Amino acid sequence: MLSRVADSLYWMSRYLERAENTVRQLDVTMSLMLDTGGASSEARWKRLMAALGKPAGMEWNGDLEQMARKLVFDSLDPAAVTFCLNGARENARQVREEISTEQWQRLNRLFHQMHSPNAQTQFDSNVNDALTSVVDGIHLFKGVSDTTMIHGQGWQFIRLGRYLERAYATATLLEVYQPDLFHAQEREHSGYQYLELVGLLRCCTSFEAYCQVYTADLSPDRILEFLLLNCDFPHAIRYCVDGIRDAIDNIQRTGGRRPPDELTAVTGRLHAMLGFTTIREILAGDAAAFLHTIREQCMRIHELIYRYYVHYSIQSALAV
Amino acid sequence: MNAGHPVEMDTLYGDYPLDQAFDEMRVATGELRPHYCALAETLARLPHDELQRRKQSADLSFLTQGITFTVYGRDEGTERIFPYDLLPRLITAQEWDRIERGLTQRITALNLFLRDVYSEAKILNDRVVPRELVYSCKHYRRQMRGLQVPRNVYIAVVGSDLLRLNTGEFVVLEDNLRVPSGVSYMLTNRRVMKRTFPQLFSSYGVRPIEHYPQLLLATLRSLAPEGRPEPNIVLLTPGVFNSAYFEHTYLARQMGIDLVEGRDLVTHDNIVYMRTTDGLKRVDVIYRRVDDDFSDPLIFRGDSTLGCTGLFNAYRAGNVTVTNAFGTGLADDKAVYAYVPRMIRYYLGEEAILPNVETYLLSEEKERRHVLANLDKLVVKAVGESGGYGMLIGPQSTAGQREEFARQIEANPRNYIAQPTLDFSRAPCLIGDRLEPRHVDLRPYILFGDKINIVPGGLTRVALERGSLVVNSSQGGGSKDTWILEQ
Repeated sequence: MLSRVADSLYWMSRYLERAENTVRQLDVTMSLMLDTGGASSEARWKRLMAALGKPAGMEWNGDLEQMARKLVFDSLDPAAVTFCLNGARENARQVREEISTEQWQRLNRLFHQMHSPNAQTQFDSNVNDALTSVVDGIHLFKGVSDTTMIHGQGWQFIRLGRYLERAYATATLLEVYQPDLFHAQEREHSGYQYLELVGLLRCCTSFEAYCQVYTADLSPDRILEFLLLNCDFPHAIRYCVDGIRDAIDNIQRTGGRRPPDELTAVTGRLHAMLGFTTIREILAGDAAAFLHTIREQCMRIHELIYRYYVHYSIQSALAV
Repeated sequence: MNAGHPVEMDTLYGDYPLDQAFDEMRVATGELRPHYCALAETLARLPHDELQRRKQSADLSFLTQGITFTVYGRDEGTERIFPYDLLPRLITAQEWDRIERGLTQRITALNLFLRDVYSEAKILNDRVVPRELVYSCKHYRRQMRGLQVPRNVYIAVVGSDLLRLNTGEFVVLEDNLRVPSGVSYMLTNRRVMKRTFPQLFSSYGVRPIEHYPQLLLATLRSLAPEGRPEPNIVLLTPGVFNSAYFEHTYLARQMGIDLVEGRDLVTHDNIVYMRTTDGLKRVDVIYRRVDDDFSDPLIFRGDSTLGCTGLFNAYRAGNVTVTNAFGTGLADDKAVYAYVPRMIRYYLGEEAILPNVETYLLSEEKERRHVLANLDKLVVKAVGESGGYGMLIGPQSTAGQREEFARQIEANPRNYIAQPTLDFSRAPCLIGDRLEPRHVDLRPYILFGDKINIVPGGLTRVALERGSLVVNSSQGGGSKDTWILEQ
């Protein structure tokens, strides 16, 4: 497969995952703000921005609606949802011959939905509905991607983008929430604390899944264990890393080239790091540093994918 | 409800003037031409709303397939659906036979001309074609001098534009020897048409065109460099912003080859590779849809980012076939065009089967004076342009436009030619719910590999505005399916 095509599919997928993540976190943050007894709106907004990688120009100005609208609709702002959706569509358009008509139509519909004049009106009248419809559109796209596309290299690059983006975003989220969670543990358990924990789980659409595993007894270390180390839940980092590893294995299997050692090493290490540890060990050590390492490794995997599959030098390719 | 009532013959026709222009469906006295009878009867039998329903369903089919083209110079809505007329244009077997022989002869001669000019230049030494004309052509590429082109085929893919004059005779308006486009519309029109009028289609006995992509692939394969039995063939596109991008993706998909952009290609030791996730893969044949100028910044325009650096040297070394060859625009220069009948005589010893349109060369002083005095009656065209750009249609121009063109002609006479305003043929189109005649041309697609192949069909372009003579898609034209009949 052409490197440029793989690159476009990878970024299409990453942009969509990013848009979904932003929408979900914004939705959760705004609903938490309704309960004014907990942290201030400003603190919550700051936390949201930290979890989204501290985008520039999004400092709290006191007007939540205006800020939220900017985060969703400002298509010139790289942090905004529409910016990500535009990016996804533009990447898809450039590889139109590689994706299925169904995929293209779903994505195109979502794009037009976001750019229609009704979108902002709907947003103003019911934020939650508007955000849910965006997530729905992205879910539909993922569904047709899995059912209408050949599960060859292209599809694997889509998976790779999705899981890498998700692992990175979840690690960032946990890193941001982590001090609050364990700080609060020393305080009285209150309804607000419960809401915070539910919010964190809902950011990863994992509240119900958590309850199935641990019941509704929410505790910070279990939540951390679930989102970090669960190997069956698609938003848990370990699951994502398994997905990354599996996608890379498949890409190598279908391609004719010798597997790049370094990439195998880095993904294998990350996989082992999550597979052969317990939450007790992590909490006994420096949890923040642990999360930070995950993020660094994800970035390293991204760089290596680029170096091996997309932007390799001619000399290195000829030497093989 | 009168929805079930068939449309009467005379209510079917709207404003349907018959004058000196050739009408594809009716003779001057109004009777139907024999091969159009079945079509007219079918239309007359269809209930009124059924015709509209079929039109809507055909339109929808184009829309959902995303069959679009890009209009330059607009910020918003750059992707547009190519307008489409529901009624087929019919061409009899006899008429087609003449077109086919004429084009084969013409393309053979043009290819010989290119080979000659870029090697010994005999035709110039024999003063059949003036030397200045060739060397002053902006598409002449001196880099092609003395270069051995695979199988001596310079023009593997050609789309020539034909018109039918009021005598009923087909003439060649221009040859597109660089990167002719539109073939995807020919193919998609046919697909939609078979769905829209299945019975009519089968009762007519229409020759198939669907094998064009396969034929194109075979043509490209036949031109592969020696010693590459399983050639890697790619289609080189300028990218998503090109007006014909849909066609590029369509053809690549239909042929099952990779659609590459310049940035996907690298050269090393005069070999072209494409970057894949499995490393570099050697490229053997490039079906090039990028203009000469943008193909290789090392040789042509240095500021181009659409091409591949080093491509021309790899081509020169014979390690890759690029088709069409570079510098072929020389032979579709509108001034060189005037000499094509003479080329046919010179190389083949034959008279042209398909005549040219009478053409005034403005570099000749006498002809220039005549043209400047008659600008309001003539069509003036810039020699190196295509797509209907850089054109003055005398009878439909304002005095200001004529003055502007006169100034430009005086400043650079070599850059312009003039032709009489042609009263070319009209075919019935569905305008609203009535049939009205509109001007049409015909662009058959010619493939030249081991031998010359012309799929029996082509793109009939329609000037959808009443009275308009401009059929280019960039200027408000549309298209219709072209049926070449078995009999």
